[in-house]
Amino acid sequence: MSNSKISIRNYSLRYSDGVQALKNVSLEIHANAINVLFGPSGGGKSSLLRSINRLIDLADVDETSGQILFNGVNILDKEMPVSQLRRKIGMVFSRPIPLPKSIFENVAFGLRVAGENDPAVLHSKVEEALKQAYLWEEVYDRLDDPGISISGGQQQRLCLARVLALEPEVIMLDEPTSALDPVTTARIESFLQEIKDRITVIIAPHNMSQSARVADYATFFLQGELIEVGAGSKLFVNPQDQRTQDYVEGRFG
Amino acid sequence: MKDKVITRIIKIAGFSSIIIVLMIFYFLLKEGLPTLGEVALSDLFTTRWYPIEDYFGILPLFSGSLLVTFISIAIALPFGIGTAVYIAEIAPARVKEILKPLIEILAGIPSVVLGFIGIVFLSPTLRETFNLPTGLTAFTGALLLALISVPTIVSVAEDALNAVPQSYREASYALGVTRWQTIWQVTLPAARSGVITAVMLGISRTLGETMAVMMVTGNAPTMLQGIQSIFKPTRTMTATIASEMGEVASGSTHYHVLFFIGIVLFLFSLIINIISSHFSEKNRKEKEQVV
Ligand SMILES: Nc1ncnc2c1ncn2[C@@H]1O[C@H](COP(=O)(O)OP(=O)(O)O)[C@@H](O)[C@H]1O
Ligand SMILES: [Mg+2]
Repeated sequence: MSNSKISIRNYSLRYSDGVQALKNVSLEIHANAINVLFGPSGGGKSSLLRSINRLIDLADVDETSGQILFNGVNILDKEMPVSQLRRKIGMVFSRPIPLPKSIFENVAFGLRVAGENDPAVLHSKVEEALKQAYLWEEVYDRLDDPGISISGGQQQRLCLARVLALEPEVIMLDEPTSALDPVTTARIESFLQEIKDRITVIIAPHNMSQSARVADYATFFLQGELIEVGAGSKLFVNPQDQRTQDYVEGRFG
Repeated sequence: MKDKVITRIIKIAGFSSIIIVLMIFYFLLKEGLPTLGEVALSDLFTTRWYPIEDYFGILPLFSGSLLVTFISIAIALPFGIGTAVYIAEIAPARVKEILKPLIEILAGIPSVVLGFIGIVFLSPTLRETFNLPTGLTAFTGALLLALISVPTIVSVAEDALNAVPQSYREASYALGVTRWQTIWQVTLPAARSGVITAVMLGISRTLGETMAVMMVTGNAPTMLQGIQSIFKPTRTMTATIASEMGEVASGSTHYHVLFFIGIVLFLFSLIINIISSHFSEKNRKEKEQVV
């Protein structure tokens, strides 16, 4: 039994336009495991991920309630230093978004902002991160090219490398392979299996099959409600709730 | 059927505007180029402009234009970009709703009116503050021109910033980057070509402006002499054409030289426009890559 890395307690979120994106959600994110959030679109998965790294601050939010504890601290606290939080809880988005910088600077940027200025250290950390993301071999001879000059699959690995460089404790991935080919998708999935011993993974896959493939733990969301949670090996094979079963068997979604 | 007629009309309108531009250019060349036969190049590129005694040195006018444009842009650039950043990235929705129309109103004020404000208000203020013999100086003109070009720079730069997808900012914030660092290091660089276009448009607006500068720069065609020239009267190419064209005998050398100055101005704007369309083209391509 693994221990809890993030503890979500009675968390609710309503946007200013009146949409209740999350309703009284309580959930444990397990350390050193792949935690899957799945369910039809509009269920509140992205909203939950964005709450955990406080990216939700950018949206028009009407009200939040409840707690999200990370290492015992409520990250919803107004006093929470969000920059530090976001370095510890990295995020990869569904579309690769290389920043308007070189390949090297895309990875070095976060480190520089975190206060790392030693060129030698930067260089070795960038190289290390690119190697971890299996991108180094493909770009080592053109690190000064713009980030957007590489292919979509490479860009997504660049975004992964940029997060890894900050040595986060948690990585969140929101539909990370929705724009990628099967080969890159498989690569990223096996990569997640590799790192989960060191880094807690939370992923909201864009389809059921990926959810079932990678989940150590899975949580089913439907219209802002947490319907069912359990070990991946059980939940996809033998769901307890009728709604989960319907979704898993492809009857809606 | 109806579509065909409309397409026809649009085509004709398009062609005629091209033809008109070509005709203007032809006219400019026809009236300006004879200068080269009448005034030796070595006389043209001298520092004395005194047409009554046949001194046609255009350098003072040239340097006057450059000086005024340069100071003006040096003022308008930080103000314009700063305001655009404020409106696009920082201001709360309500402030934005007030500021945007305000900028548009400023853009719509005729330059004669601004020139008038320059004469009755700006110029005396400058004279007293800096203890100058006259308040009609290059600096006065530059300040007014900055006022004229800032709205252009703001609105074009703001559009460019707004066109940067929100996902760029989110990607940056998600790395622990703060708001200011995101603005300077992500959003502005992502909008770079649009921002450069904004500045180029500002420059061409400044270079081509006539009325306001003519009213407040003191109209003295003196050569640039170091830094102190900023607070002395000067005269730009546009102001020279506007103030002398009315009195000159058609077909005279003076007349031809004024058109020659027009050609120089035309080439300047052409270069600036080419640069800015180069960047807006680049901008368009970058956008397509994102989408
Ligand atoms: N920034 C926002 N402002 C207003 N409503 C939003 C915003 N983001 C998401 N929503 C709404 O919240 C609900 C949950 O969406 P989301 O969290 O994106 O779910 P999922 O990721 O499971 O598809 C949806 O109804 C969506 O329209
Ligand atoms: Mg989503």
